[in-house]
Amino acid sequence: MSKINWSEYACKGFYDELIAQPGVPHPAAKMLCDYLAELGGRELAELKNASEVAIQVMGITFTVYSEGNMIDRAWPFDIVPRIIPLDEWQRTEAGLKQRVEALNMFINDLYHDQKIIKDKVFPAEVLAHSANFRKQCVGINPPNNIWAHICGSDLVRDKDGTLYVLEDNLRVPSGVSYMLENRNVTKRILPELFATGKIQPVDDYTGQLYDMLASMSPRPGDDPQIVILTPGIYNSAYFEHSYLAQQMGVELVEGSDLVVDDNDVVHMLTVNGLKRVDVIYRRVDDLFLDPEVFHPDSALGVPGLMRAWRSGKVALVNAPGAGVADDKVVYAFVPEIIRYYLDQEPLLANVPSYLCMREDDRRYVLDHLHELVVKPANESGGYGMLVGPHSTKKERDTFAKLIEANPRNYMAQPTLKLSTTPTLIDDQLEPRHVDLRPFILSGKDSTYVTTGGLTRVALTRGSLVVNSSQGGGSKDTWIVDLN
Amino acid sequence: MLSRVAENIYWLARYLERAEDTARLINVTSNLLLDFPRTTRLDWDSLVTITGAEALFDEHYETRNADNVLNFLCVDLNYSGSIISSLESARENLRTTRDIMPREVWEELNTLYLDTLKQVEAGITSRKRDAFMKRVIRSCQAINGLIEGSLSHTQVHTFLMLGRNLERADMTTRIIDVRSANLLPRSPDDLTPFENLQWMSVLKSLTGYQMYRQQVRLRVRGPDVLRFLLQDEFFPRAVASCLGQLSFELEDLPRHEEVQAQVDDLLPRLVNANMEKMAHTPDLLHDFVDDLQISFNELHEAIADHYFSGEYRGQSQSQSSVA
Repeated sequence: MSKINWSEYACKGFYDELIAQPGVPHPAAKMLCDYLAELGGRELAELKNASEVAIQVMGITFTVYSEGNMIDRAWPFDIVPRIIPLDEWQRTEAGLKQRVEALNMFINDLYHDQKIIKDKVFPAEVLAHSANFRKQCVGINPPNNIWAHICGSDLVRDKDGTLYVLEDNLRVPSGVSYMLENRNVTKRILPELFATGKIQPVDDYTGQLYDMLASMSPRPGDDPQIVILTPGIYNSAYFEHSYLAQQMGVELVEGSDLVVDDNDVVHMLTVNGLKRVDVIYRRVDDLFLDPEVFHPDSALGVPGLMRAWRSGKVALVNAPGAGVADDKVVYAFVPEIIRYYLDQEPLLANVPSYLCMREDDRRYVLDHLHELVVKPANESGGYGMLVGPHSTKKERDTFAKLIEANPRNYMAQPTLKLSTTPTLIDDQLEPRHVDLRPFILSGKDSTYVTTGGLTRVALTRGSLVVNSSQGGGSKDTWIVDLN
Repeated sequence: MLSRVAENIYWLARYLERAEDTARLINVTSNLLLDFPRTTRLDWDSLVTITGAEALFDEHYETRNADNVLNFLCVDLNYSGSIISSLESARENLRTTRDIMPREVWEELNTLYLDTLKQVEAGITSRKRDAFMKRVIRSCQAINGLIEGSLSHTQVHTFLMLGRNLERADMTTRIIDVRSANLLPRSPDDLTPFENLQWMSVLKSLTGYQMYRQQVRLRVRGPDVLRFLLQDEFFPRAVASCLGQLSFELEDLPRHEEVQAQVDDLLPRLVNANMEKMAHTPDLLHDFVDDLQISFNELHEAIADHYFSGEYRGQSQSQSSVA
């Protein structure tokens, strides 16, 4: 098997995360590319093998539920890290903090005075048709006025190398456990490179998460009782729920483990009796949280939970209703939202967006379906999208009808030339498209951004879909300090 | 510890013990049958009786022959007490408690379950039977060993021990009940030359033969076997020993007085019972075993009420209905 020859790596037409031009890596990636160039296909296959063994032994899985059976699949992982230089990352981090700060002010405003609507910066019409606005949350003051404590923003890079925010996930973003585990696996298989000391560590996250959760406790001073609320083992992210509970040393509870008493205090049922709960990191969607307020037949939630939250006896993370800003139409307004609340220019770019609710935009979208990506306002996980250049005539016709029927629910963006990064396919390194999901924690006194984030990769040649539920994989993300 | 987690752990231990004891029972029965003339009353039928699932069996099978009974007890997913169903339930319970159990336990149980599933597809043949039973028993023992060697003695351990000992006591009485219905002479004329062999098989199905020999040092007699399996404090599968262990484990739990009192009431009734008399009066023994099983059920309910959330949920509901 021949050695890796970077000049044969074909990434023409796209920005590549490791290779600047044929045979020449970006400065931050030089160390890794030189190391890989020394290896032949066989050594690479051995590394790949070692990573698969590590994943199996460590029990890193995600759950696929199909045909009534639950399958724990090994996490699809690629051994070649994706690299971002530290100075670029620091600018990105500042942009993410700015964005999340403005989004939290925006959500808080929507549930109180709605000044941004009165000032005609944000259209009342968009709010009126928002699927994630919860009227039950109006007037509520969550601790420290924070609604979106944990945000997972998806970043993509276009052909010219600009990083764009593609979307903000403010409901129950997942993936952070895989970011942490990817690093653990990579450390096992590429220890020599970590010895250089240039790769920034990521394992601070669970400690930061714990501190943020503790800072939300309604009983400051006490040792706060924090729990993670999971929908249960059938949820695709159960591994993550269980992992985070273990890492933070907190209880992993299901709805049936909690009760709310007449004083609106939440307790968990333990063998020692009832134990008061202060902070709930909930991984259950809004509408299933409390059958007294939302879906009356939800068995995943806790009757009375909203009462407890409203009266300030318990903190819910993220706050119910935070998803109002997790809407692909609201997304288009984020630059305005930043200017309005912070009086600053956005540090991170938004992907240019066409809102089908605007007549001009709609006409443009309908005329250019074959070149645009069309997204429904409130889906996540890559479902319900139309990728114009990869679509059939029939699919475009269907979407045209959907858009005409409900224009508020659709927005469109130009198809970005998503950046690529070398990925091991059989025994060759081939370019595959990637995105990046950093996580932002908003606490009482500080905001924390993960060092890098979860890099997701579309393993199929030419594919732009990186979601693990749809055949995507992931890789370690290195923030490299060149100094 | 969360009540739900405690309940899952408790059932995990019960299902594991059930799988192991069922495998032991089948193994010994099949060995025994090889030694017996065809005219004896003992046959595969009695294994179905032990399970108490006769109706379900008859619904799915025409005759109670070796193949059908084996299939039913080992790999039939319709029967919730079969080895495969027990392992499946154990695995589901462990899946939700993976974060608190040593990882090797999950790996061992998962492998056992997947291998057993393969058996389900291949079917159980008489030739493979022995190896299969040994595999199940060995893996269950390995899991118990892993637990002893790597799980801290916290409440998790306590609930495992509660489940294991209650299930074990229950299975032991079931085996005694059904076997003795066949074994005990209705009249002195009924004594068969195989009586001795049969009592040995009862001991063997509970791996008690060796220990019996060492401790009792008499030839195998009905009353002595009963005494050993019901009243012995040292043999881990004897009912009295299981109950002693239960009482000891309960000590570590909050508000244990009431539950423990139930065990402590039961023990003297068990230990003081007249085995000589029962060995000669099958109906008396049957009623006694029935009583024991009812007490085990009550014990289970008491544990569930105290620790698996029934009690508090009831409380909080009655509180809100007052408001």
